[in-house]
Amino acid sequence: MDYILNLLSSLTQEALAPTTAAFALAAIGLNVHFGLTGLINMGQAAFLLLGAYGFAISITNGLPFVMAVLVALLVAIVFAIILGIPTLRLRGDYLAIVTISGAEIIRMVGRSSLLTTTTGGSNGITGSSYRDPFNALSPLPDGTTTILWFTYSNNGVNGWWIRIAAWGLVALFTLVLFLLMRSPWGRVLKAIREDEDAVRSLGKNVYSYKMQALVFGGALGALAGIIYVLPSSVQPDAMGRSMTFFIWTALILGGAATVFGPVLGAVLFFVVRLFIRTLAGDFIPDSIMNAQQAEQFSYVLVGVALMLLIVFRPQGLLGNKKELTFSV
Amino acid sequence: MGSITPPGPAQLRRFRLRPGRRRPVIMAVLLAAFLATFLIDWAVTLPAVGATSAPTASASASTAPATGQPCTVSPTNGCIQGTITDSDRKSVEGVAVDVTGPDGFAQTATTSDTGRWSVSVTTAGSYTVAVDQDTLPKGQYLTNAADAKRTVTASLNANVGQIFQLSDQQGVVTNDDATSVTPQRAWQQFASGIRLGLLIALASVGLSLIYGTTGLSSFSHGEQVTLGGLLAYLFANQLGWNIWLTGIVVTLLCAATGYLQDAAIWRPLRRRRISLTQLMIVTIGLSIAAQYAFQYFFGASTVRIQQGNPETIRFAGVTLTVQSYVAMAIALVVLVATGLFLAKTRFGRATRAVSDNPALASASGIDVDRVIRFVWTLAAGLAGLSGVMLGLVLNGVNWQTGLQLLLLMFASVTLGGLGTAYGALVGSMIIGIVVELTNLVLPGDFKYATALVILILILLFRPQGIFGRAERIG
Amino acid sequence: MSETYAHPKSDPILTVDTVTRHFGGMTAVDVDHLEVQRGSITALIGPNGAGKTTFFNLLTGFDKPSAGAVTRFDGATLQKTSATHIANRGMVRTFQLTKALSRLTVMQNMLLGARDQPGENFFAALVKPVWAKREREITAKAEELLARFKLDTKADDYAGSLSGGQRKLLEMARALMSDPTMIMLDEPMAGVNPALTQSLLGHIQSLRDDGMTVLFVEHDMHMVRHISDWVVVMAEGKVVAEGPADTVMDDRAVIDAYLGAHHDTDLGDDSLLTEETYEELAEEVAEEDEQEATR
Repeated sequence: MDYILNLLSSLTQEALAPTTAAFALAAIGLNVHFGLTGLINMGQAAFLLLGAYGFAISITNGLPFVMAVLVALLVAIVFAIILGIPTLRLRGDYLAIVTISGAEIIRMVGRSSLLTTTTGGSNGITGSSYRDPFNALSPLPDGTTTILWFTYSNNGVNGWWIRIAAWGLVALFTLVLFLLMRSPWGRVLKAIREDEDAVRSLGKNVYSYKMQALVFGGALGALAGIIYVLPSSVQPDAMGRSMTFFIWTALILGGAATVFGPVLGAVLFFVVRLFIRTLAGDFIPDSIMNAQQAEQFSYVLVGVALMLLIVFRPQGLLGNKKELTFSV
Repeated sequence: MGSITPPGPAQLRRFRLRPGRRRPVIMAVLLAAFLATFLIDWAVTLPAVGATSAPTASASASTAPATGQPCTVSPTNGCIQGTITDSDRKSVEGVAVDVTGPDGFAQTATTSDTGRWSVSVTTAGSYTVAVDQDTLPKGQYLTNAADAKRTVTASLNANVGQIFQLSDQQGVVTNDDATSVTPQRAWQQFASGIRLGLLIALASVGLSLIYGTTGLSSFSHGEQVTLGGLLAYLFANQLGWNIWLTGIVVTLLCAATGYLQDAAIWRPLRRRRISLTQLMIVTIGLSIAAQYAFQYFFGASTVRIQQGNPETIRFAGVTLTVQSYVAMAIALVVLVATGLFLAKTRFGRATRAVSDNPALASASGIDVDRVIRFVWTLAAGLAGLSGVMLGLVLNGVNWQTGLQLLLLMFASVTLGGLGTAYGALVGSMIIGIVVELTNLVLPGDFKYATALVILILILLFRPQGIFGRAERIG
Repeated sequence: MSETYAHPKSDPILTVDTVTRHFGGMTAVDVDHLEVQRGSITALIGPNGAGKTTFFNLLTGFDKPSAGAVTRFDGATLQKTSATHIANRGMVRTFQLTKALSRLTVMQNMLLGARDQPGENFFAALVKPVWAKREREITAKAEELLARFKLDTKADDYAGSLSGGQRKLLEMARALMSDPTMIMLDEPMAGVNPALTQSLLGHIQSLRDDGMTVLFVEHDMHMVRHISDWVVVMAEGKVVAEGPADTVMDDRAVIDAYLGAHHDTDLGDDSLLTEETYEELAEEVAEEDEQEATR
């Protein structure tokens, strides 16, 4: 019984972790790209990484907090525009190819030894060098607070303040997405997702709308990146293709083109993964599968799960099958 | 293009398997053979748990004693440490670094499997850090001879880091600036570029044909290449097989995975009329699963296919390993053979017809499913062969090798024209040469960036590539 | 160009010059000059492969001409001829394979067709009061149009659930949401069951009666004869004839383009194979052989 309580406790804590919130926000951004507009962005992790770098480097160079966030957003926006200009007039595959390549390049450039003074090279940037301005903004008093079975320090590295900020952003942008989806702007994007020519024939500038979606989703990715690295550190190797694929899995799992799909998908993704890892770790002896292998095994399952999901239930958990039958 | 006459009834019967009888048996045999390779690996690595091939932290314990645990700072000691990476940015194991300093301090650290070395010092002061060039892996050199010895100032309770970047040319072991562009280096890089281009071409042709016949951009093609490399490691390194036999067996096994993929995944999904977007995401899922399966079975570190140091041959002003020349020759022969096959044989022409216009080809009586099955088999086989040779030539392969190559492959295929085999070849050569030439002016990490820049330029000005047709793109 | 043009219009709403389109070595369209009369229903006909669909796509901006074409629409020369710009100028088109957006409702399809909706701007979209009023306006207009096309009961259904004919009507209604000056219909009768044909014809005529100019591409001769004011005939990429429906149908060039030289001979009727006919045919064959030899 104790074991189950402990398990539940660790699972719920994982569900509330800032990393989960970061993924949820990144998935919301991807939802704008894919769920709403049908853009296949295979480099969402690059937006997170760029946001993280932009923020961290600005702070370590003395910029105030708000400016640092703006820099992060600006970098992501520029990246989105650079990737979008050649590809948004072409078929979807090209955007996928360019984003996957672009993300890989950003990561390689970031970890390159040439830029060690700026980006910390493959070691990245330690959290302590950029965390303080954020914690300084906290309205909470110092100390530890316990709510139900969650005990965290209020303003520590990985405490209540970052959780409040992170989930607050998730809630905010879920609301924003909700408003956008019901608006005429959202209507145009949904139409573009289905048939661009029809939208063109009605006098809307399809290219411009796609670019707006790409930029907005990318900006959300940058914010997600900031949240992701605040409790830890900027590590380019942790923000590569695997992260992009996990964000995709979370989005598809929850339900693309729905309002709550990205959030639900992110939470479920982490909870289930931890569940598998814990069970494997506790019940499978090390000689057959040690901890590291259990982790790798859980990722294999993620890949298989994504394949099965997209074939048998592409609308995810919350999606509407009628709305999400792919026509292309 | 020549007329494409559909096969007559007699020939159809000869080609077509009698349904319900032979096909499941063949599939079962291939599947069993494939699974057997994993079982072999498991059986081989189980007793060797804790030895160098296992991915866990025990790896550092098995190297030279001076490394032991990585050094941590404290008020009473400081650390001098660093990383050594080779020309492909992979960590290099087993390189000795001599550190000498005040009070007769002399210690040698050896790089672990992550390329890291560290030495703990208890006195602050000026230390000399020297890389023992005799312990460098064959084919790797310090970029600058003057770089072999560096002076650092160490203090207590602090880290001092030094990164040594190796390159694969011996050309400039002088006091010249290692990044100068000499004709000698340019020619060497050009040759490396041809090598890279040929090897990538093997994999790209398949990628392009898969796109042409099915419309699918396969994001798991990189893993097909990795599979070849890792299987070659299994047979040649772990089981000690002859390298030629390994190459043939691995290529056939990889071809089998292509066959199985189409039989078990792609054909059923096509029948269900799954959209291309969904199929693309399926390849993404397959890619994740494969990468981590590789990590699971083969570990996270880079493994080499052949033990021992390869010999180099200097020919026409270019220094490359014997394996490089052989690999290039094999690649060239295979590419030419594939090209002839596509151009001259009836089935090859049928393949090109389907790649050009599947609906029309089907209406002409060509069995499109059969062609697609063949394309998957061929593509996977070629990718596997490419993986074996790249593993030999690039001094190692790991679970991420294919992932890094995928970028180059997509750039090549887009440059040449999605859907055309000749385009893939030409595009690969160009990308290979340009990428290696970039090495002259930018450090190793940035050479892939050039591929991306080319990709973006092509999409801006001629999205259908060199040989592609404009109607397929928008 | 226009000096040699045989049919200048009194009040052309659309004038095009030197429209050409090549595919590789083949010329699909080569039109020197064409004028479309304001407020008329003009039909664009021709045999298969005549280039009328390509020409239609060039006119509506869905294809780019190979060389410098000049388009004058509603009094002004068009600098930009992309599909979006042309639609915004007031020339709206429909598609042969209807593009009713199945995953949107009928009403959402209609609202999409409207213009000047500030809510279509990203920032304005977040602030509902900015666009709510306009949304009410265009919803009312949509309801009106849907009633006219007898689709009002379907307003909240997904467009994918409509029948083929209903989708045609939806597309036409949607095109009207932006109050276009000219409406271009791409084979409006394609795939429509005969029962719906009359109703569609009636709608098209009412468009003209409302003051719009209509241009359509069609194969159905009955429709062409029935409602068009003017017919333009294309063959092998060029305009071979223009005129009112009756005159054009009797034009030798048109008949040859469509039907070949012996259209009025029933080649299946044996009783026609008299001695006379044999001799005639033999003479013709001999003539053709001579021509072949001297080429």
